[in-house]
Amino acid sequence: MKKDIILAGVGGQGILSIASIIGYAAVQTDLYLKQAEVHGMSQRGGDVQSNLRLSDKPIASDLIPHGKADMILSVEPMESLRYLPFLSPEGWLVTNTKPFINIPEYPAEEDIMAEIKKLPQHVALDAESIATKLGTVKAANIVMLGAASPFLGLDYDKLKEAISFFFGRKGKDLVDLNLKALEAGREFTRKNMN
Amino acid sequence: MQKQLLLGDEAIAQGAIDAGLSGIYAYPGTPSTEITQYVIDSKEAKEKGIVATWTANEKTSAEAALGVSYAGKRAMVCMKHVGLNVAADAFINSSITGANGGIIFVVADDPSMHSSQNEQDSRFYGKFAMIPILEPADQQEAYDMVHHAFDLSEKYQIPVMLRITTRLAHSRAGVARKTSKEQNQLKLPDNLKQFILLPAIARKQYKTLLNNQPHFENEAENSQFNIYTDGKNKSMGIIACGLAYNYLMENYPDRNIPYPVLKVSQYPAPKKQIEKLYNECESILVLEEGYPLVEELLRGMLNHGKEIKGRLDGTIPRDGELNPVIVGTALGFKAPVIRDIPSLVSGRPPSLCKGCPHIDSFFGLNEALEKYGKGRVFSDIGCYTLGALAPYDAINTCVDMGASITMAKGAADAGLTPSVAVIGDSTFTHSGITGLLDAVNDKSNITVVILDNATTGMTGGQPSSAVGKIEDICKGIGVEEEHIRILKPLPKKHEENLKIFEEEIAYEGVSVIIPRRECIQTLNKRMRDKFKAKQKAEAAGK
Ligand SMILES: Cc1ncc(C[n+]2csc(CCOP(=O)(O)OP(=O)(O)O)c2C)c(N)n1
Ligand code: SF4
Repeated sequence: MKKDIILAGVGGQGILSIASIIGYAAVQTDLYLKQAEVHGMSQRGGDVQSNLRLSDKPIASDLIPHGKADMILSVEPMESLRYLPFLSPEGWLVTNTKPFINIPEYPAEEDIMAEIKKLPQHVALDAESIATKLGTVKAANIVMLGAASPFLGLDYDKLKEAISFFFGRKGKDLVDLNLKALEAGREFTRKNMN
Repeated sequence: MQKQLLLGDEAIAQGAIDAGLSGIYAYPGTPSTEITQYVIDSKEAKEKGIVATWTANEKTSAEAALGVSYAGKRAMVCMKHVGLNVAADAFINSSITGANGGIIFVVADDPSMHSSQNEQDSRFYGKFAMIPILEPADQQEAYDMVHHAFDLSEKYQIPVMLRITTRLAHSRAGVARKTSKEQNQLKLPDNLKQFILLPAIARKQYKTLLNNQPHFENEAENSQFNIYTDGKNKSMGIIACGLAYNYLMENYPDRNIPYPVLKVSQYPAPKKQIEKLYNECESILVLEEGYPLVEELLRGMLNHGKEIKGRLDGTIPRDGELNPVIVGTALGFKAPVIRDIPSLVSGRPPSLCKGCPHIDSFFGLNEALEKYGKGRVFSDIGCYTLGALAPYDAINTCVDMGASITMAKGAADAGLTPSVAVIGDSTFTHSGITGLLDAVNDKSNITVVILDNATTGMTGGQPSSAVGKIEDICKGIGVEEEHIRILKPLPKKHEENLKIFEEEIAYEGVSVIIPRRECIQTLNKRMRDKFKAKQKAEAAGK
C-alpha cells in the first residue's frame, strides 16, 4: 500500500489539520508516514501545500515526485490546479469549489471549473455549504476529508477514530458534528464519482 | 516505545531533551523556529528544569549557549542560516576556545529561499571553523545525531554543527526515542584559561584545533552515519549528502542501486571512503542539498581527474533545492510525463493580514512622503517587508536585519534627505539599536519608524524583546524626547497620524515614530486562549 497525497489551499485555511487527522489514522494503522509542510512566509495568505505520504514500507523522500501523486486534495479550487504537475495519470483530484479570493487577478470561476472537469478523475464539491447545512462552516475541511476518504486507502473506521481523538477534547457535540461532516463528504463522492 | 510523529525540528528538540540538555537559546527564524518552540512548550523540559528561551539575536543566543558549555553543561543554540552570519563572531571563536559541556550549533538552511534572503550553505561555515558537522538524512537521524553530537563535542571539547535544510526541518515522520540521560553536573573547565582568547593562549588553542583535524576525519570515516554501499556497476559512483540520500533512494523503490553509493552525513568529508569510491569508479555523481561543497573538494580547481558530475557541470541545477525528479534525471532516468499548470492559475503571494497594524502605518507613511517622491524608504525583515508589494509599494530595501536604520543613515549622509527607515520592534532590538546610536551621534537627518506590534510576527508570534522598552531605549541612546512620537495605526486615526509623519519627516535630525498596535494574529490567539480559560474555569466551578 502506498498513497501520495498533495494537500493544497491558502495559508490560514487549515490544511494542516486535515494532514494531522490522516496522519493519526495512518499511525494507528501502523503505516509509515512522511509529511512535508510549509511554514513561514507563505502562511500569510499565500499558496500552501503539504506533501503527505503513506506506505506500508519505509518512505525515502519527504517530497512526492512529479507525476506520482495519487491524489490532490484541495480546499480551494484554483489551488487544486497549481499542483497538477504532481498528479499521476490515474490520480484523483478532490477539491472544494468555493474560491478564496485574496488577489486582484483571480480567474473566472467557470474557467476554473472547466479546467477541473478536464481531468478524467475528479470530485468537486461546495464543502462550505454542506458544512453550513450541518451546523457550522468550520467543518468544511472535514467534509473535504470525507470526500477524499474513499481514495485514502485507510480504513474508514480509523478515520472516524481519528476525528473522535482530535475533537474529543472539545466535547461530544463537536465530535458528532464532524463525524457527520465526514460522512456527508464521503456520501457526496459516492454519488458523484465520475 | 511507539514512534512519535515529529517534524525534523521537533526530533532535534526531543533529542536534545533526552540527551541531557541544560539550556537552549535562539532567535526565531524559518525553518529553525520549531526546535526551540518545542522545548519551550515541552512539559518534560520544564520538569527537568531545562532553560529554553528566545534571545535578542543569534549572537546573544550563541554566547549564552557557550556560557552553559563553560559551566560544564550541555547547550544548544538554533538559528536559520543567515542567523549564523550574525552569530559568526561567537561561532568561529568558539572553535578556538573549544567547549567544556557539549555544545551544538543547529543551523537550518533554506535552499530555494522559501522564506529567506539567500540560500547560503552553512556547511561552509562549519568547514571554516574546522569543526565536525552532522547532516541528517531523516528525522530519526536528526534525533540520533543530537546524542552523537553532544558526545563528540565533549570527547574533543569542540562545538559541533548540526546542519539541516527546510524539507527536513518541516517534514514529519515517526521517530523512536532513546532512554533519556541526566543533565551534566556543574563543572568548571579543567583549565581556567581555556576561554581566554589572548593571543598567546589563542595560538596554543588554535594548534589544538589543527591537531584535532585528523581525529575529526577519523571520526567521520568511522561514523555510523557515513555508509558505503557497494554496487556492481562501476561506471559511476554516487556521493549523496544528507537529505539528498533520500531522493536517491526514492528513485530505486526496491532499494537496489546498481552503483556504489557513499552516504555522507558527518563531516569533514570521509576521505578514506571517498578515495575508494573515486578509485573504483569511472565517474562520480555528487548529490548535495545546497552549494557544491563536496563536489568542489573532489574537483579541485583544474579538474584534471575523472569526470565529476553535480551542480558545477550542469548535471544538477546550480541553485535551488533538490527533489526526486532532479536527482532521477541526474541518474539518467527519463523525466516523468507531467500535466502542465493551467495558464489561468495566478500567483498568490503572501500578504499582510486583514486588519494588520502595518497597513495603516504604510498608508500614513506613503501619503506623508508623496511630496518628496519615491525611493527613500529603507526597510528591514519581518511581516512589514510585504509592504514592498501592491497595494502598498511602500519600501525600497530589505537586506539584513537592522540594515534599515544604517542604510537610511548612509543615504542621508550621501545627501538623500529626507530618508526614512522602517523597522519592526523585534528587528529593532535584534540589530537596530546600535545603528540608531550611530545616527544620533552623527545627528543624521533620518526618520526611523519602529513598527511596534508587540511580537515577532513573521515567524509566528514569538515574544519580542522590545516590548515596553522602545521609547526608553531611544531616549537612552540620545534621541530627543520631543522627536519620539507614538501613534496608534488605525484607519480612523489616519489624519492625526499623517500629521505626525509629516512633522517628523520634515524635522532635520533623528526622529523616531512608533506606530503601536498589537499584531492581529497574536491578539486573536490571546482572546481565544482567554475564552478557553474562562470556559474551563466555568466548567470547573459547576
Ligand atoms: C539574522 C536573521 N534572523 C532571523 C531572521 C528571520 N526573521 C525575519 S523577520 C523576523 C522577525 C521580525 O519581527 P518584527 O521585526 O517584530 O516584525 P513583524 O514580523 O512582527 O512585523 C525574523 C525572526 C532573519 N531573516 N535574519
Ligand atoms: S502576523 Fe501580525 S504583523 Fe504579521 S501580517 Fe499578520 S497581523 Fe500583521
